[in-house]
Amino acid sequence: MIIQTLAFYLFAAITVASAFMVVAARNPVHSVLYLILAFFNSAALFLLMGAEFIAMILVIVYVGAVAVLFLFVVMMLDINVAELRQGFLKYLPIGAAVGLVLFAELILAFGAWTMAPGAQAAMRARTPAPGRVDNTEALGRVLYTDYFFLFQVAGLVLLLAMIGAIVLTLRARPGVRRQSVPDQIARRRDEAVSVVKVPLGGGI
Amino acid sequence: MIGLENWALAGPEIFLVVVAMGLLMFGAFRGERSVEAISWISALALMICVALVVKGNSGTGYNGLFVVNPFNAAMKVLALIGSAVAIVMSRGFMSREGVWRFEYPIVILLATVGMMVMLSAADLMTLYVGLELQSLALYIIAAFQRDNLRSTEAGLKYFVLGAVASCLILYGASLVYGFAGTTSHAGLARVLAEGPPSAGAVIGLVFILSGLAFKVSAVPFHMWTPDVYEGAPTPVTALFAVAPKIAALGLLVAVVMGPFRPLLDQSRQILIAVAVASMAWGAFAAIRQDNIKRLMAYSSIGNMGYVLLGLAAGTEEGIRSVVVYMTIYLVMNLGTFACILAMRRDGIMAETIQDLSGLSRNHPRMALAMLFFMFSMAGIPPLAGFFGKLNVFIAAIDAGLYWPSALGVAASVVAAFYYLRIVKVMYLDPPVRPFDAPMEGVLSGVTFVAAVFVFPFFLVFQSPFLATAQAAAHALFMR
Repeated sequence: MIIQTLAFYLFAAITVASAFMVVAARNPVHSVLYLILAFFNSAALFLLMGAEFIAMILVIVYVGAVAVLFLFVVMMLDINVAELRQGFLKYLPIGAAVGLVLFAELILAFGAWTMAPGAQAAMRARTPAPGRVDNTEALGRVLYTDYFFLFQVAGLVLLLAMIGAIVLTLRARPGVRRQSVPDQIARRRDEAVSVVKVPLGGGI
Repeated sequence: MIGLENWALAGPEIFLVVVAMGLLMFGAFRGERSVEAISWISALALMICVALVVKGNSGTGYNGLFVVNPFNAAMKVLALIGSAVAIVMSRGFMSREGVWRFEYPIVILLATVGMMVMLSAADLMTLYVGLELQSLALYIIAAFQRDNLRSTEAGLKYFVLGAVASCLILYGASLVYGFAGTTSHAGLARVLAEGPPSAGAVIGLVFILSGLAFKVSAVPFHMWTPDVYEGAPTPVTALFAVAPKIAALGLLVAVVMGPFRPLLDQSRQILIAVAVASMAWGAFAAIRQDNIKRLMAYSSIGNMGYVLLGLAAGTEEGIRSVVVYMTIYLVMNLGTFACILAMRRDGIMAETIQDLSGLSRNHPRMALAMLFFMFSMAGIPPLAGFFGKLNVFIAAIDAGLYWPSALGVAASVVAAFYYLRIVKVMYLDPPVRPFDAPMEGVLSGVTFVAAVFVFPFFLVFQSPFLATAQAAAHALFMR
């Protein structure tokens, strides 16, 4: 138990510290690297909670895809960070004030938090008994049966995102040499090769 | 046969998705030449879908995620008609601007699927995925004129602000789930009815209503509307003004009267505040506008205020007035935008109100149609718009909302000023150079049908509309 507690505080502290560094780091590439560190430590926190599927997804999707994508964007686009940061100190007081007010309000709201009498039971009704199945299987069971409709519509959202990305960015450029299979096949020997008799000692 | 019931229930949605994917394949292989065929097939598919929705049965399916009832069927029909007409009206404008591409009708089809899914939501999760499907498609078509700075700006603005609104809805839904332990509408209605309203559920409700108010562009969540309306390509603006508004409003009604019915007193306060603010801002801010697309944006903000007042009444009569109002709103807007799309000199769109000067001499029929639409929007009897407002105010007064109704009437008097100003410019100001003639066949067709509907069709044949709206509203009050 003590090891688990220690591990929790270790991972939680690193998560918070690296999240702070994401904002504070001067170099945007460093920011993204800190972000990856934060993701890894959050994954470890999920593991401690026994949610191994979410932990793995966090590593695969967020570290493997999203963070690497960020890294590409940061390195490809020449963003002038100093320029972006110019207003930072000026807006800090008002930003902090808004944040504090929101935080206080959230504490007030959650301080008076009550759950409906049947809420716990309703939440448990959807999940199979723990210990019987691991949570990858449990998620799969509800995702492809109870929530099948949502799964399909989410697929549609992705299809639409793909269409949108193509529509808004793909351009037909003139002068691009493309492979044209019919042209290649229809080509005959006499269009491509010519036999020249070269006289002895002379050039073409 | 458990599966088949689900198939039949979501039949219209499945049909549209299959058509959209088939057309996508067709377009991808045939290239840009296919756009003409694809746009007509899309419009036809939407009209077939109207028939499927009308003939479809009511019921709940997909493990309680999806519901069909007469109310959402009625709203679906309105949204489908709006989308179909918008696709048909787009042809001339989009091909002149060089952006008449085959993806355009397909994206609108998928947006319409999103609208239908969100209208049919019986669970907060269905609500969210439907809303996202619709919104994502709308962001794309707002920026469809991708080489035009204003269009891309409109798309980006809409995207960023829309994402914030989606976050509000998600956060609210998570709070509600944290309180009730369920996201299904039926379960929420049961749990919320059990005890006194809890802080968590009420805060969640406020967040969800704010997000939805953004989607219907009600004050104070209206900031994006004028810029997006002005920047987006005009046929896209025509679509924005009708179909998504109808879908989001239907969703708002379904959420307020469904899962959150036990919290009706709380939501009513919000709705009244938003309604009064929208009516007032829609009336006053429009006075200074010179661009007709921006004017229509403020007009739609004001109109949403009136509809929300009908919803705030929270009675069967109130919901009936919402359905009637949205029907009339759909027709008036489609007609007006058909006229705006015809405002073109030497192939360049004319968008200011001064461009309408002396329209009555150059294009008497178009001016007459505009006159009908403007009088109708101003709520002058005996045009259709008058009956829409009348129903809303009667419902609100019957529910005891005297002050909001009085303010609404005052706002509609102010709003009448700018509608009548357009009529004055058209009929009394000296004529300027005429627009390109002849008007496209589709546009004049839409204008003609809409004008005839506004007057005298609705005046004479309003009882079937009222009866349908009554049946639709009644469905929400059955237990």
